Amino acid sequence: MEKNKHFVLGVYEDEDVLLSAVKTVRESGIKIQEVYSPFPVHGLDEVLGYRRTRLPIAAFMFGLLGTSLALTMQIWMLGFDWPMIIGGKNFVSLPPFVPVTFELTVLLAALGMVGTFMIVSDLKPYKKARLMDTRITDDKHVMAIDLASNTLAKDDIKKIVNESGASEVNDKDFED
Amino acid sequence: MANTTEIKDERYSFTTGAKKTLTILGIVGVLLTVLGTILSMNSGHHAEEGHALATFKENALVASIQAEEGGHAEAGDHGGGHHGSAPWLKRIFSNLWINNVYFTGLAIIGLFFVAIQYAAQAGWSAGMKRIPLAMAHWLPFAGILMIVSWFLVNHDVFHWTHSDLYHGDHADEILIGKSAMWYWPLEMGSFPLFYVLRMVVFFALWYMFFMWIKKEMLAEDIDGDIKHWFKARRHSAVFLVIFAVTSSVAAWDWVMSVDPHWFSTMFGWYMFASWWVNGLAVITLIIVLLKQQGYLQVVNANHLHDIGKFIFGFSIFWTYIWFSQFLLIYYANIPEETVYFIQRLETSQYKWVFFVNLILNFFLPFLLLMTRDAKRHMSMLKIVCPIVIAGHFFDFYLMITPGVMQNDGGFGFMEIGMFLIFAVAFLFVTLTNLAKAPLYAKNHPMLQESLHHHI
Repeated sequence: MEKNKHFVLGVYEDEDVLLSAVKTVRESGIKIQEVYSPFPVHGLDEVLGYRRTRLPIAAFMFGLLGTSLALTMQIWMLGFDWPMIIGGKNFVSLPPFVPVTFELTVLLAALGMVGTFMIVSDLKPYKKARLMDTRITDDKHVMAIDLASNTLAKDDIKKIVNESGASEVNDKDFED
Repeated sequence: MANTTEIKDERYSFTTGAKKTLTILGIVGVLLTVLGTILSMNSGHHAEEGHALATFKENALVASIQAEEGGHAEAGDHGGGHHGSAPWLKRIFSNLWINNVYFTGLAIIGLFFVAIQYAAQAGWSAGMKRIPLAMAHWLPFAGILMIVSWFLVNHDVFHWTHSDLYHGDHADEILIGKSAMWYWPLEMGSFPLFYVLRMVVFFALWYMFFMWIKKEMLAEDIDGDIKHWFKARRHSAVFLVIFAVTSSVAAWDWVMSVDPHWFSTMFGWYMFASWWVNGLAVITLIIVLLKQQGYLQVVNANHLHDIGKFIFGFSIFWTYIWFSQFLLIYYANIPEETVYFIQRLETSQYKWVFFVNLILNFFLPFLLLMTRDAKRHMSMLKIVCPIVIAGHFFDFYLMITPGVMQNDGGFGFMEIGMFLIFAVAFLFVTLTNLAKAPLYAKNHPMLQESLHHHI
């Protein structure tokens, strides 16, 4: 299969250099696809200009779904489908329903959040990993620039990346 | 150094303007208390017919359950055998005791917060530890107030202090069974030596550790020696063990024994949770107000975010403890346990407080502080902290007043007024002592870490 995805990779040694490099590269109008680093770099999200994730909203919605599902289930089961006297309590009495409601809220919020995250990030079984550079798990930071989403010529991009303080600038192609 | 941020020294000044505002608040508190007392004196017993009937039914309900406990006849109506003081005076005593416990909690939580930070070797809080430390200066006042007012409120708040409950016609089997808890080693029904001694020892221990930790914190400002941090950490670790035991026993002694026939194994945790989240709210509120006056440049949105998470998390923790206590008692349905909640849930005086308590301490903090932005912005914290602070007053009100006042309890000017008086006194002590030391520890080994705290 033809390799139709083309990336320019800037390799950086130091996270402070990386942070300023991200800034200069973005200021010159280049879209950075992703930055890979062996450890969390504080402030990277800000300089990359990432919007905050809306995942918490999804989690809240899934939590609400869990709450209502749990309450509906228990009220229907114990109140209407098969009423049983337990400990002399009313058929529909809220306090005993709270633990199950709590657990289902947490369960659905957690599972829903994980599921949403995997769908949004395009993580799926048999997904082939695009490994930009093996050294990102060791001691190098790598800035990946997708040529398809940039209008500048490849050589111009490589020049700007090189001048921003990268220790090396590489090409990487993937088949999609 | 490239990564060292320079900051200038800061010292809080307790201005005459602030003092004037507090004094006016204090005067308002006194006026409200006087007004509340007069209203309470004039209202007398059961003014309305309908209310009287309802109260009678409620009394009968509570009494029938208390009679089932197998206690003596007197257990059925606490007011019957021992009339005690007039309702208005009892109400003052009840409020006095609520505020004693409430503000003791704020002081000891101040120390507890500092100790937790040292024991956990926390760096994020290095710039804000002076505020909880200043709150702990209320401890000696709290101790003296607590001990003096215990002798004042005695029979009116603590039913078990009546000596005739242990011998003769009024003998109460349940209380005799618990008497060693209060009277050991003396004869039951005499002077509650063990109880009073515990109170004195707890405050003495707390004050001692407060002084030790404070000494190291202030000495660090002068010579900047790292050994002070290690010493403070050692004191903190020991204090935390002691606090775990003493706070729990204090909860039984000072609050749970107001309802002497009743018990809950969750109670120590329950009161601790209430104290702790309330203390966090007060610390945060003071930080926010100081920041808005231009102080505390060492504290930024990241620190507020962390302490906001604390309030959010421990509001849920409080609810978890509260609900665990409620659900077990509700489900087991043992009369000697359920009487506590029947008194608070089935009576017109306290039913609304029961639900207000849940709304203020769980639903509002939970929903309002859920998002990241809410915890990072002072405007939202300034709304949530007062909600939590008021909510936990209702919590302590609900723990103490029904046990003291039975069906004569109320909520009005007196409650607000006395709370204001205590709050003003507490703030005077806190702010005076806050002004005596620099506002942040400039030689704290983790101050730079705190300045670069980023989440």
